[in-house]
Amino acid sequence: MAQAGLTLEIAVPSARRSQLMRQRARSAWLFLAPMLVVLAAVAGWPLMRTIYFSFTDASLADLEAARWIGFANYFSVLQLPSGRDIYDGLLVDPVWWRAVWNTVRFTVISVTCETILGTIVALVLNTEFRGRGIVRAAILVPWAIPTIVSAKMWQWMLNDQFGILNDILLRLGLISTKIAWTASADTAMIAVLIVDIWKTTPFMALLILAALQMIPTEIHEVAKLDGANPWQVFWKVTLPLIRPALMVAVIFRGLDAFRIFDLIYVLTPNNVQTKSMSVFARENLFEFDKFAYGSAASTLLFIILGSLTILFMWVGRVKLGGGR
Amino acid sequence: MKLRRTFLAFAAGAMLAAGPAQAVDMAIVSGDTGNGLQVLREILDQFEENTGNKVTIVPMPTSTTDQFGQYRLWLAAQNTDIDVYQTDVIWAPQLANQLVDLTEATRDVVGAHFPSIIESQTVDGRLVALPVFTDAPALYYRKDLLDKYGAKVPTTWAELTETAKLVMDKEREAGHTDMWGFVFQGNAYEGLTCNALEWVKSNGGGQIIEPDGTISINNPQAAAAVEMAKGWVGTISPPGVLAYQEEEARGVWQTGNSVFMRNWPYAYSLSNGEDSAVKGKFDVTTLPAGSGEGARSAATLGGWNLAVSKYSNNPEAAIELVKWIASPEMQKYRTLRTSNLPTIQTLYDDADVAREQPIVPRWKDVFLNAVPRPSAPVKIKYNEVSSQFWTAVHKTMSGEGTAADNLAELEISLTKLKGAGW
Repeated sequence: MAQAGLTLEIAVPSARRSQLMRQRARSAWLFLAPMLVVLAAVAGWPLMRTIYFSFTDASLADLEAARWIGFANYFSVLQLPSGRDIYDGLLVDPVWWRAVWNTVRFTVISVTCETILGTIVALVLNTEFRGRGIVRAAILVPWAIPTIVSAKMWQWMLNDQFGILNDILLRLGLISTKIAWTASADTAMIAVLIVDIWKTTPFMALLILAALQMIPTEIHEVAKLDGANPWQVFWKVTLPLIRPALMVAVIFRGLDAFRIFDLIYVLTPNNVQTKSMSVFARENLFEFDKFAYGSAASTLLFIILGSLTILFMWVGRVKLGGGR
Repeated sequence: MKLRRTFLAFAAGAMLAAGPAQAVDMAIVSGDTGNGLQVLREILDQFEENTGNKVTIVPMPTSTTDQFGQYRLWLAAQNTDIDVYQTDVIWAPQLANQLVDLTEATRDVVGAHFPSIIESQTVDGRLVALPVFTDAPALYYRKDLLDKYGAKVPTTWAELTETAKLVMDKEREAGHTDMWGFVFQGNAYEGLTCNALEWVKSNGGGQIIEPDGTISINNPQAAAAVEMAKGWVGTISPPGVLAYQEEEARGVWQTGNSVFMRNWPYAYSLSNGEDSAVKGKFDVTTLPAGSGEGARSAATLGGWNLAVSKYSNNPEAAIELVKWIASPEMQKYRTLRTSNLPTIQTLYDDADVAREQPIVPRWKDVFLNAVPRPSAPVKIKYNEVSSQFWTAVHKTMSGEGTAADNLAELEISLTKLKGAGW
């Protein structure tokens, strides 16, 4: 590739080359333009509006009447006549921080489990066996079901009285009384995690499987010839080779998990134990008369996600660059 | 669409020069409990036959909390697709600005309704919604089981707890292992606010926020009431009750797996349906009273109304539709089919209603004495007040902190929310 570029550089006079470059840049922009316009309309504009509203006292009943109030939705200090200071705003709201904590906890646990399970599933699918095609297709089923549908389905399966899960566990003798999965404070988050892991493991497995299939079989054969046991082959050969793809998969899933909304909203709505940042934002935006406050929460969520993306990209580039 | 409509109007106009007004398509949005939507469809069919207008039902989830969020969004977006909204009794002050004033159009019919209900839907002198049915919960009990074990119908929560435990234990010993004592609505949503308000009020603990706007929830009697309810979870009530809404509670009850149930009157006709395991085996009574000073039986006032969106393209036809559904004939039809409580005063003395749905005449006094949720004093902040209240109660019942601590915390956050005034 570099060789070809070099020959081209020598062959083409500099004036013509820059003209060519300009032309190529122009057509690139031309091709990109429709997508950029659409993005600006469906993502950029709403984002700007949300950020703007977070600095106002907007109410959903009358958005036009919104007045600029600066950072008061994020943080404000009110001095009582007694001289005591009262802090107010999103940054000192315990409900918000609880939602942040719930989201972080959910993301870390779910992505970890999904990565490990996804790797195992991918390794199994990567070996030759009869009916592999069918198994590979079947394992994608949970991923193909819309989240709302699977959440509702699991809500029935997790139901304490009629749910099939309790029934199975009771018959197997693993539990002695029926568990109220989505109701009890101890198990509400576990229930959400179970459903999310069930749903998203196939996605991880698919990405990792794609990476596994890129590895030439000779490398494994050589490792085996050198006397490495399967465990060593996995840690020393397979894992380093799929690491870049694994990183990408983890980043995708992590960012996705951070904005979890639909599953929690259907499965355990309004539970403080599982309320995520997105659920918190929606509640303030549409249910309470706090459109601006909800906008502030959305803005913070955007900032958190944005910083994480930049961080991941930076870490990823350093690692990937060093590896090559 | 428009072309077709124009054409139809033209054709109709040509055929009958002095015929009825041009037919329109309308949409009504409503939540669903039991057979509610089915009956609404039957009522609308009669309307369509009568007027030639078409009405589509846009169904919504059962949870009032979910419905409200969606309606608020649609109204804020000035959605013209929905003409008529079915609104909860507590929503009037929050949505008033975006609903059509019905005062003039309903002057001829409002007199037949209970004045207190009309009053609840009047905001700043504007009637924003016309009532179609009212609600006051009942204590459903298994007559057959109480007779079997010689227990009497409880009149206090302590008696209920005791009886529920007794019957449940005996039934389980007899091999009915899925038997529970008491089911109610314990999910973290508006329904829990209704349930918990009844516990607190019946125990002399006030009504969260008094009509004059003072925050009264942080008191020992209220805390005792919530602690009592916490004691039910896992003993006489299934642990899953903390995720139950109306329909989940009815599911347990109607399959014959609970001795008592707290629910709205709609469950009465469904429990007496052909597919019900408790058909003919149950009766209803007023909710129990607590103990201590000021204790009395308390029922939260519920009820549903119809409002016309300010953004409707056919406000006149929509108002006609609202008046049709709320009319005495249709309310009677609904009551006979669903055991919903009518808002027309004379229907409580109606012989057909008394024969088919005996709960209705018995419930007149209950709903007239029902406790309103504090939506009037706190106005537009009601949803947040309610959410904070149900969160405090749900936290307590799921074992996060004591009732006293959580209610003290609730008082602080309500005070903050109140600010200079509601």
